[in-house]
Amino acid sequence: MLSLIGILIVVVGFILRINPLLVVTVAGLATGLAGGLGPLEVIAAFGKAFITSRYVAIVWLVLPVIGLLEHAGLKERARTVVGRLHAATTSRVLLVYFALRQITAALGLTSLGGHAQMVRPLIAPMAEGAAENRYRELPEKTRFRIRANAAAVDNIALFFGEDIFIAIGSILLIRGFLDQNGIHVEPTQLAIWAIPTAICAFVIHCTRLLFLDRKIRNEIAEKADRT
Amino acid sequence: MITLEHIYWLTGLMMAGVSIVNWRDRSNPRRFNNTAFWGIYAVTFLAGTYLPDLVSGVLVIGMVLVASIRGLGQGRGESATRDEREASAARWGNKLFIPALAIPILTVLGTVLFKKITIGGSPLVDVKQVTVISLAIATLIALTIGLLMLRPPLSAPIREARRLLDAVGWAAVLPQMLAALGALFAIAGVGNVVSGLAQRWIPLDHPSAVIATYAIGMAVFTMIMGNAFAAFPVMTAGIGLPLIVQKFGGDPTIMSAIGMLSGFCGTLMTPMAANFNIVPTALLELPDENAVIKVQIPTALLLLAANVLLMNFLVFRH
Repeated sequence: MLSLIGILIVVVGFILRINPLLVVTVAGLATGLAGGLGPLEVIAAFGKAFITSRYVAIVWLVLPVIGLLEHAGLKERARTVVGRLHAATTSRVLLVYFALRQITAALGLTSLGGHAQMVRPLIAPMAEGAAENRYRELPEKTRFRIRANAAAVDNIALFFGEDIFIAIGSILLIRGFLDQNGIHVEPTQLAIWAIPTAICAFVIHCTRLLFLDRKIRNEIAEKADRT
Repeated sequence: MITLEHIYWLTGLMMAGVSIVNWRDRSNPRRFNNTAFWGIYAVTFLAGTYLPDLVSGVLVIGMVLVASIRGLGQGRGESATRDEREASAARWGNKLFIPALAIPILTVLGTVLFKKITIGGSPLVDVKQVTVISLAIATLIALTIGLLMLRPPLSAPIREARRLLDAVGWAAVLPQMLAALGALFAIAGVGNVVSGLAQRWIPLDHPSAVIATYAIGMAVFTMIMGNAFAAFPVMTAGIGLPLIVQKFGGDPTIMSAIGMLSGFCGTLMTPMAANFNIVPTALLELPDENAVIKVQIPTALLLLAANVLLMNFLVFRH
């Protein structure tokens, strides 16, 4: 039971909005101590785990080129391009990206997306640009809502697309785990049974996206009323 | 052979550059904090493989203290005004998309091709890490294209990286920190305690109740751990296999496939999955760090309900 103290620290820390790095570190050290490690052992275990997880930070290597292109007007260009498509609305831009992201992920092409590479420089400016095109100036609240939706589309389409591809990490993990327990399953079977949920994800989230244009329109009208 | 280690050196060099640019920037009131933070981070990339674990641990704690005691600052924002960027965008037109789109396209090409390229019998890149290495190489090529095309001063890429990385701030390190937390959870056996609690307190004598417990448990446990991969073995060994498969005769393939996806519903709802949920709010400069989670919660809950229904419907049909 004592080993659950880390979870408690994380929950309380996030609620109190203490710096998450500090919260997570304290939670990690406390969990290690509760699990019976000595103080120096805990620090060493934390350091070792941090070092072996460095691969998650490699995505930051894209920042120099993305920054360079932003300086040269990449976001502005993405907005202009969308502005020329008269049928483009925020909902439609995000729907198209959702479909592309989910399909390519299902084919194993999970790298055709990502927040640093695609959402910040291209997708979010396009989704914002589609709304700006219609309403000129957007209130900040609306601008932030559109950006958050762009990030959510990238996540949801990825999560519920990639599991249809047989060589993805989660399928390999399931297979390995079941193998250890004496149950042999085929990766193709696992991938097939991910399809019903993938379809539900598409239907649910795309339906919600269809309402986004209306929400944006209401927020603009609300602001116009007040001024 | 190109391995992950080489990519770490490259990342370390970039972090060191970011640290140096911060050191020289007097417009940032907390420039020495930023210098120390990214500087220590650079050391973990450049030397991490060779450092004793205890030294790494002390370095990490040093970073956390720098980031949380007085906090990181930012230099003055954009390097060009909006008008300048509009003018540049008009000048370069759609050519600007070439380097940007080169990153994902070359990454995908690399993951396919590098597996086939061998030099003297050994592969050119470490096949196990092919995606990450491809991403790094694709980025270098895209940067070269960008530099040849735009001809900025040579220090521009690292100054731009500094601008973006400082905008993201400490959130850039959070995913890695959470992965470390997950490792300590595993050492302390947190998973077994949680699944033990679930087994003791939840009525598990009806198939539908068990399925709901398994799917919702996957989501909740994923929210706690920040990662469905950590939740899956614990929940499946604790509830899925003994009850759904052995006691009620459910199909393990369908159960596992939908169980994992129920976990992904949890990923959408937790700040612990920082690289998906917190990092983008920093990257997109949103004031509310839970903004992305708030958008995702309705979809996640509806989809979790759909998963419970699907599993009920499908798992006993064979």
